[in-house]
Amino acid sequence: MSQSVEPAAGVPALRVSDLRTYFPVRSKGLFPKTIGQVKAVDGVSFEVYPGETLGLVGESGCGKSTTGRSVLRLIEPTSGRIEFDGVDVTGLSSKEMVPVRRKAAMIFQDPYNALNPRHTVGAIISAPFAVQGVKPPGGVKAAVQELMERVGLNPEHYNRYPAEFSGGQRQRIGIARAVALRPKFIVCDEPVSALDVSIQAQVINLLRDLQDEFGIAYLFVAHDLAVVRQISNRVAVMYLGQVMELATREDLYARPLHPYTHALLSAIPVPDPRAQKQREHIMLSGDLPSPAAPPTGCVFHTRCFQAQEICASEKPALVEPTTGHHVACHFPILEFLGTKEILGPDPGLTPRAGGSLAGAAAGSNDLIREIGTDYGVGPDTPIDPGPSIWR
Amino acid sequence: MTEYSNLRRAFLEVSDLSVQFPTEDGIVRAVDGVSFSIERGQTLAIVGESGSGKSVTAQAVMGLINKRNADVSGQVIFDGEDLVAMSDEDLRKLRGNKMSMIFQDPMSSLHPFYRIGDQLTEAINAHQKVSKTDARDRAIEMLHKVGIPLPAKRFDDYPHQFSGGMRQRVMIAMALINSPSLLIADEPTTALDVTVQAQIIELISQLQREFDTAVILITHDLGIVADVADEVAVMYGARVVEHGAVDDIFYHPQMPYTLGLLASVPRLTQVRSDRLDPIPGNPPSPLRLPTGCVFQPRCVYQDEVVGDLCRTQRPDLESVGPGHEVRCHLPAAKRQAAAEVALAALGRSSS
Ligand SMILES: Nc1ncnc2c1ncn2[C@@H]1O[C@H](COP(=O)(O)OP(=O)(O)OP(=O)(O)O)[C@@H](O)[C@H]1O
Ligand SMILES: Nc1ncnc2c1ncn2[C@@H]1O[C@H](COP(=O)(O)OP(=O)(O)O)[C@@H](O)[C@H]1O
Ligand code: SF4
Ligand code: SF4
Ligand SMILES: [Mg+2]
Ligand SMILES: [Mg+2]
Repeated sequence: MSQSVEPAAGVPALRVSDLRTYFPVRSKGLFPKTIGQVKAVDGVSFEVYPGETLGLVGESGCGKSTTGRSVLRLIEPTSGRIEFDGVDVTGLSSKEMVPVRRKAAMIFQDPYNALNPRHTVGAIISAPFAVQGVKPPGGVKAAVQELMERVGLNPEHYNRYPAEFSGGQRQRIGIARAVALRPKFIVCDEPVSALDVSIQAQVINLLRDLQDEFGIAYLFVAHDLAVVRQISNRVAVMYLGQVMELATREDLYARPLHPYTHALLSAIPVPDPRAQKQREHIMLSGDLPSPAAPPTGCVFHTRCFQAQEICASEKPALVEPTTGHHVACHFPILEFLGTKEILGPDPGLTPRAGGSLAGAAAGSNDLIREIGTDYGVGPDTPIDPGPSIWR
Repeated sequence: MTEYSNLRRAFLEVSDLSVQFPTEDGIVRAVDGVSFSIERGQTLAIVGESGSGKSVTAQAVMGLINKRNADVSGQVIFDGEDLVAMSDEDLRKLRGNKMSMIFQDPMSSLHPFYRIGDQLTEAINAHQKVSKTDARDRAIEMLHKVGIPLPAKRFDDYPHQFSGGMRQRVMIAMALINSPSLLIADEPTTALDVTVQAQIIELISQLQREFDTAVILITHDLGIVADVADEVAVMYGARVVEHGAVDDIFYHPQMPYTLGLLASVPRLTQVRSDRLDPIPGNPPSPLRLPTGCVFQPRCVYQDEVVGDLCRTQRPDLESVGPGHEVRCHLPAAKRQAAAEVALAALGRSSS
């Protein structure tokens, strides 16, 4: 995979503008009424260019899968605009979507439930040909066996059932099905999260090879920032339905601007004991607030160690302080930027809760509590975002 | 440690533990001759792929394997007593008291219909006589310790009113409420987000220091291992294939599976080659473990062993340094060379 994909190269394979997907919250009882909305995706914009991978990361329930599904219109978005390869697909009927769908595909997290257990591998991988009425030159079986070979499955296993394959092999089946029609882009929803690391690495390498070969664009949804780094050219960090930061992978991992990105990166332990013991930790307290009652102002302010008064009342816009580096924060962490003037003076480096980045080091449970006491959830607030239906 | 510690038994000593499940498809060898030991205040991490026998090992140590559907053999000497030979009733007195366990899925051990507080006080009352108010105070204090805001108020909540991370914290409160001297945490954070995971891991370490608990931490996350483990046992195909101090495993690994595992882990920082170097193939079925080395079908180094040893002979766990043991037929020099190559790819040297 080349590192040099220019974010401005030609027509994006996928362009998403101000996407919103809200789910109604219904009261319990015999005659349920709509009593609110879960803003699962709340104003998300991005492009993915041919041959490029955009990683989409964030904590459970932040709206990653809903974004991925809305883009393919597997869920109907509430508002926004979606373009495949320059064509606006937002208003298309499901019939009009059929030929357009050929350009797009999806790979799912769960290699166990994503495949119909009663269909043979051959039937599963050839399904897109049947749906789209495509007749590959050498016949369907030959095309499927070629695909199987390409993704590292034994073509002789054409007539076997999913149960006879391991998790990693099933994920390969899902990948073969996804690339069958040579789509322009694929939404990969946690494609390796259910796999062991040694198998994860095989599947990540396969995805990269297929991308090089066919120039596919990936929207790669995952909660694991190390996995995302391994495959992405650019990365978007989501929190409560909104994009907090979007940057090239180099910028995001080496020069993160958003406090939430800092917190996420510092929370991931690195597999190197000496390095790990020297790292600074930013402990965030509590869990995601309910997306049915998101905090006012900056949605992250209830957990943010940089928060000031303005954060609770004014929502920060997504700005681009340096080319290609987008951030939504009143007080981004500028230590790495060297051009502080762009965003004005920098009051944010004196954190509210008495801990500097380093001071919030591991061990200070009091700090956890101090930051956490006011994360906006009372005993009666339903704080569990609820089961995420596609996990 | 005392100077005659060699003669003394370790606080927990597991030797030659095997667990087999007879099933319709044949005998599942879930754990095959596993040995390790651990002292109070220490953390032993058990790592390995799913199905390698980590959870069954933990359950066997806790005496949670139903002996009617399984063959358990070997010894688990806990503070001088053999748990394998112990009656179920005696085991029940120990569990939740002197030893306890945190499970991966908090809902599986919190009862959905009982209030959080009642479940905690019951855990206290099951093992000691305390007054109702004392038990309540203790439960609230424990909830406070694990970072539940407004613990007195939340005492009367039901589990579904808590988020996943909070339930996991309640589980920890429950596991530690009787100050156990042995805690087994089986993938305690696998279902959680990284920010919550960081809190939970820190919390376990803190309470471990407070109660001088021996902790066995089961995980597949090598980052967590690097963070908290003193010692590491690497399991593969029902066996421990390498065992040593945390630095041995990360900076002087010897067993080809350990090398492959380290090379497969995606990293947050730049390394020499940013392409991952996966282990080929798939882990073995516990119904058909290879006769020789369990890793042989996937091992790229087997050709460097003379003859057919890797395929036919089960390698022994051999000492390669103080407290460092490896199960592999490769001659020392070749193991060393393999390790150098793997570490160089990670941008690390073995010195
Ligand atoms: N059909 C639905 N009805 C109501 N709420 C929903 C529905 N689908 C998702 N949600 C809610 O929308 C929010 C975003 O969910 P989504 O599945 O996109 O999260 P995610 O970022 O993919 O999380 P995870 O990492 O757990 O997969 C969550 O609060 C979820 O509970
Ligand atoms: N009750 C049981 N009956 C039959 N097989 C079992 C049972 N419990 C576990 N196993 C098998 O034993 C092996 C080891 O399982 P386990 O210890 O859970 O692995 P892990 O390392 O993922 O925790 C697996 O192959 C599993 O399927
Ligand atoms: S500093 Fe303010 S605007 Fe920035 S992330 Fe924190 S709360 Fe949000
Ligand atoms: S014993 Fe042989 S097959 Fe097993 S790890 Fe060593 S070299 Fe590889
Ligand atoms: Mg999801
Ligand atoms: Mg397990």
